[in-house]
Amino acid sequence: MKQRGYHGQFGGAYVPEILTATFDELEAAFESARQDPTFWAEFEALMGSYSCRPTPISFAENLSRQLGGARIYIKREDLNHTGAHKANNVMGQGLLVKRMGKKRVIAETGAGQHGVATATMAAKMGLECTIYMGAVDVARQRPNVFWMEQMGAKVVPVTEGSQTLKDAINEAFRDWVTNMDTTHYALGTACGPYPFPDMVTYFQSIIGKEARAQILGITGKLPRRVYACVGGGSNAMGIFSGFMDDADVELVGVEAGGHGLDSGLHAARLASRDASIGVAQGYKTYFLQSPDGQMNETHSVAAGLDYVGVSPILAHLHETGRVRFEAATDAEVVAALKTTIRNEGLIPALESSHAFAQAFKEAPHLSPDDAILINQSGRGDKDIFTVADAFGDPKWEQFIIDKARAYAQKQQG
Amino acid sequence: MLEDYLKRRKEERGMLLMTHIVMGYPDFDTSSRLVEEMVKAGVDLMELQIPFSEPIADGPVILHANQRALEAGSTVERCLAFAGEVTKRFDIPFLFMSYYNILYKYGVAAFVARMKALGLAGAIVPDLPPEEGHDYLEEMAKQSQSPIFIYSPNTSPARLRYLAEHGRGFVYCVARKGVTGSNTSFSKELDGYLDRCRAATNLPLAVGFGVKSKDDVDFLRGKADIAVVGTQTIRIVEDKGVEGVYPFIRGLRENG
Ligand SMILES: Cc1ncc(COP(=O)(O)O)c(C=O)c1O
Repeated sequence: MKQRGYHGQFGGAYVPEILTATFDELEAAFESARQDPTFWAEFEALMGSYSCRPTPISFAENLSRQLGGARIYIKREDLNHTGAHKANNVMGQGLLVKRMGKKRVIAETGAGQHGVATATMAAKMGLECTIYMGAVDVARQRPNVFWMEQMGAKVVPVTEGSQTLKDAINEAFRDWVTNMDTTHYALGTACGPYPFPDMVTYFQSIIGKEARAQILGITGKLPRRVYACVGGGSNAMGIFSGFMDDADVELVGVEAGGHGLDSGLHAARLASRDASIGVAQGYKTYFLQSPDGQMNETHSVAAGLDYVGVSPILAHLHETGRVRFEAATDAEVVAALKTTIRNEGLIPALESSHAFAQAFKEAPHLSPDDAILINQSGRGDKDIFTVADAFGDPKWEQFIIDKARAYAQKQQG
Repeated sequence: MLEDYLKRRKEERGMLLMTHIVMGYPDFDTSSRLVEEMVKAGVDLMELQIPFSEPIADGPVILHANQRALEAGSTVERCLAFAGEVTKRFDIPFLFMSYYNILYKYGVAAFVARMKALGLAGAIVPDLPPEEGHDYLEEMAKQSQSPIFIYSPNTSPARLRYLAEHGRGFVYCVARKGVTGSNTSFSKELDGYLDRCRAATNLPLAVGFGVKSKDDVDFLRGKADIAVVGTQTIRIVEDKGVEGVYPFIRGLRENG
């Protein structure tokens, strides 16, 4: 018996029999692409012409001065087409779909970023597209739903379970077991059954490859620490992979602390003591689950971090101590976002703002000789409703009230 | 052993029937009455599903039942106790059906030992292929429990044999691609697939996913050993109450 896709004790492929052949096909396509020297070049060329790559690194001069301590650098994944690192993975999988000759893609989405990226890829590559999204997330990420639909994707709100990301993943699997002959499931993060964690990491490693060369070019040395937020873990694996072999670079993954690690309302799997090892959604990792093995509800102000599991690769790097895990609370995140907008004119996504919040806590304790690098995984435009709420901006509220009134009048005719 | 029982019973009855319930849906009282009605109606063996929050191989009806059962307080311990009661009361084999995390969190060895103590005959764990199931298979063998594996229409001939090598009791053939609960057309197309299944193993063959009428059961006669009725009984209970179950199941093999 051959087990595949393990990182330490984590990973594997716990899939229903009906999908076995599909996973074999995907693994073969991925392996052949990975060994084909022209494939990565094709991927880079596509990302260069379509998605602003390489994305730059920005020096956060004002924040560095204000916080004191380490100089803060930011890898600008927000400048990807569609506004997040999700584009890297999706365009890569799009190239694989072409190799496999499938006609349709499906995907799950939490924040909506992966859904928008997938819908974009489908529109560009001429594929049919269905996106599964928890009904709670549909409600809080309407701007992204709007764009997915404009791009021709069918957005299916999932009303089962906690109505968030994990439930969207389940529904996508259900679709896939029925339609795998024609359909590829473009999973959005470094989770799920093998080969997804490895494949998504492979495509996202473009972030780390660029970032290492860029920071060396700018500062002449490696950063002291690299910060990334961790939902499923794809942007973190992407940037970390560039520095994995640099033992002096500390890698810090920042999870959703929600209302606090004591509140029960968070999504910190590796930074809290609330998670335990289990097997769900096709792979073995740390899950926020009950003693019976039922998945718990999670909470984060950032829809993209609101997930019960975590990349098996990160779970392993946690166990080996290569990556340190921390959590930032909703309140800390909103404060960090405000600070970043005001001082740098950058608008990180709420997800990315978790990495900022932790970096801001730690930067003052380092020396100006140190550089730290934050992965700004996405831009915050999509979060305008949530952020305006969190900031309690009265003019925004008035705008929404007026807008609603106008729509209501229009409906009444 | 389960296999011997099934072969004996098959000789007596021709086609066998397996049904399925989600333990604790809508509540344990109803679950108990359901088992009673099903056994009375002549069901030959039963799957008892321990609800899981992420039942990825189940369709909307069973998914919903899993979630409502959990909301209503169906715990693993309560399910185990329930299973122990029905194995005492009724003289047919019962199998657990659940997802691997339930066993994993309980402790695989402890769970399988408990199955034996409770009088279960085996288990169906749809997200545990033999590749990942080393511990499970070892414990199941130790406790004389039958691990049931699943065949699907796209399983290669080599893999059919591989799965059969690791399975005991019978093999569960899903009649089509997809999750539980959608329609299956019981037509000629199924024949080739069932022939391939039959060629790959001497274990009895159960066919499920979409079996819901006497015609479906008749179609399978001579081609399979066990017809599996899952989703349809949940629909019957939802539409007609527990009272609907007995006539429904009798109807599946009247004059058969
Ligand atoms: C901007 C952004 N960052 C981070 C994440 C979290 O995902 P991951 O941990 O896979 O990078 C998301 C998920 O939707 C996202 O939209």
